[in-house]
Amino acid sequence: MSFEPFEILRSRTIVLPQKNIDTDQIIPARFLTTTSRKGLGKAAFYDWRYDVDGRPRNSSIFNGVDPDTHRILVAGSNFGCGSSREHAPWALYDFGFRAVISSDIADIFKSNALKNGLLPIEVDDETHEYLLSHPGAEVVVDLEKELVGVLGGGKSATFKVEAFARRCLLDGVDPLGHIMNQTDAIKAYEEARA
Amino acid sequence: MTAKSLFDKLWERHVVVPEAEDSPAVLYIDLHLIHEVTSPQAFTALAERGLKVRRPDLTLGTLDHSTPTLPANAKGELPYATPEAKAQVEQLRKNCEEHGVMLLDLGDPRRGIVHVVGPELGATQPGKTIVCGDSHTSTHGAFGALAFGIGTTEVGHVLATQCVLQRKPKSMRVTFEGKLQPGVGAKDMALAMIAQIGADGGQGYAIEFAGEAVRGLSMDGRMTLCNMSIEAGARSGMVAPDETTFEWLKGRDFSPKGEAWDAAVADWRSLTTEEGAHFDKEVVVDAAAIHPMVTYGVSPDAAAPVDGEAPMASTEVERSAAEYMRINGGKPFHDTAVDRVFIGSCTNSRLSDLREAAKVFAGRHVKNGLIALVVPGSEAVRRAAEEEGLDRIFIDAGAEWREPGCSMCIAMNGDQGAPGELVVSTSNRNFVGRQGKGVRTVLASPATAAASAIEGRIADPRPYLSAV
Repeated sequence: MSFEPFEILRSRTIVLPQKNIDTDQIIPARFLTTTSRKGLGKAAFYDWRYDVDGRPRNSSIFNGVDPDTHRILVAGSNFGCGSSREHAPWALYDFGFRAVISSDIADIFKSNALKNGLLPIEVDDETHEYLLSHPGAEVVVDLEKELVGVLGGGKSATFKVEAFARRCLLDGVDPLGHIMNQTDAIKAYEEARA
Repeated sequence: MTAKSLFDKLWERHVVVPEAEDSPAVLYIDLHLIHEVTSPQAFTALAERGLKVRRPDLTLGTLDHSTPTLPANAKGELPYATPEAKAQVEQLRKNCEEHGVMLLDLGDPRRGIVHVVGPELGATQPGKTIVCGDSHTSTHGAFGALAFGIGTTEVGHVLATQCVLQRKPKSMRVTFEGKLQPGVGAKDMALAMIAQIGADGGQGYAIEFAGEAVRGLSMDGRMTLCNMSIEAGARSGMVAPDETTFEWLKGRDFSPKGEAWDAAVADWRSLTTEEGAHFDKEVVVDAAAIHPMVTYGVSPDAAAPVDGEAPMASTEVERSAAEYMRINGGKPFHDTAVDRVFIGSCTNSRLSDLREAAKVFAGRHVKNGLIALVVPGSEAVRRAAEEEGLDRIFIDAGAEWREPGCSMCIAMNGDQGAPGELVVSTSNRNFVGRQGKGVRTVLASPATAAASAIEGRIADPRPYLSAV
């Protein structure tokens, strides 16, 4: 695993208010012919950033946004729906994102994101609405306390991350190592069924 | 004793280590399907840790996503979209060889789309847990299996340990009450259900499909229905196995034989949902009221009866979808011109899908200027279709008959629409740009896609299906 352990994240937001942003938007399928997981940031939201001829779109929300200061993506509900491509969180992480906030994040994307240092945060509708209507807000995410707060807005909310995935992110627990520690149980299971 | 659902039974059978507050269950996987797009990085992760594939005998590879559907040239070179696509294919070949994994390689008469060949070989069986780095793995649930898509990191976990870490999802039963009308099929059921519950209506759930209309479906139809579970946000969909299932599986390459078959069937018969079993959510769909369905937006839940019109856009999201699709509310679907038709994908590329399309195409011709692609799901489907002369029907109708693969569903092998084109497609996703930059996708059944190819407009297939 080659992502940074998740500490307290303090950053500005980029807001994509659309519902159902699918993984084909996050990274179009033509970028999936790679056999590596590296360098996919350039493909992130490619067709939102560039037109059909590959020219930067004047209207792109990503224009002029510094990925170093805007590490939190706020998106409409059902973010990350569609295909299981892990290339989606790889691309978002490589682009600079460290967290995605929505009211509801698609299952497979959520699972993939958690394995790659990209924190999926599901917040209540009111907080979601607030964040959607305040693009560029400065937000603090505390994974240990499962707390997200907006600086200057006095707004804060709790969120839940699956307990094991949280440990993996905070303490660098390795999920494959965790399963491999159960090798005896796996062997016993196989023998019992043989 | 508490009554159990099919899902409860499948789950319990595969728990190696039960879930606890601080850790998910370790769940055993009976069949791991791999393909060229989502596996290379998993094999790299394995190599980095010096690990081998734990159970190559439970792992099966195929090539489908990046492979061309046009034949090789005179020099025997396949027309790959890019050198990377070719490299990806070669990488899977190398990985399978190194780890002793069976690969349905190019030229293998059993090769095809991963969710078509698993069942065809009889590798997909009731009672199994099945995973693949592909969201449409839900397809295999049609056999009474617990089947779900996983990411590449998890592909690595399964390669190394034959297990995944999972928390048990919530359960939902979708009951299709009543009988389908003539000319209405599994694809229409799927789209009607998604329109009813929404693209995230199944999120966090494992769905069991039940009811008279589901029981009445062929295995091909059940696969289509379970395939689309993920378009409602559910990672898995399943149908309890019955005589239709057993009859379909009998005699296939990987199916048990002789006494083992009898024992397997006896066990599979126990894989039903008991009376009174608990579901976290129940949904009822009026099957008898379903018409042939088409989508009009950029999410699969934007679906409506083909003989009607798109609803008026009422939100900003709907307005922007209508603008992209150029399908405005209040306008009959039949007014929308079609540029291209795609019949194929893991949703609708099986023999019965092709028969359904051929029924419409027979003795007719696609609209002048319209491009129609028919892509069988596997080599076996292709051979069976050709034996029945379906290929001649498609070709005589002016459609192209291609080599098996995912083709225009994911459009990463070079098969795609041109910017602005409207494509009526039997695939599963109408996302913006999914079938090519700026391409507008309308999802439909094979019959509706074929009728639309004939008319050059979005068309109701029923007049074609009822006429003898």
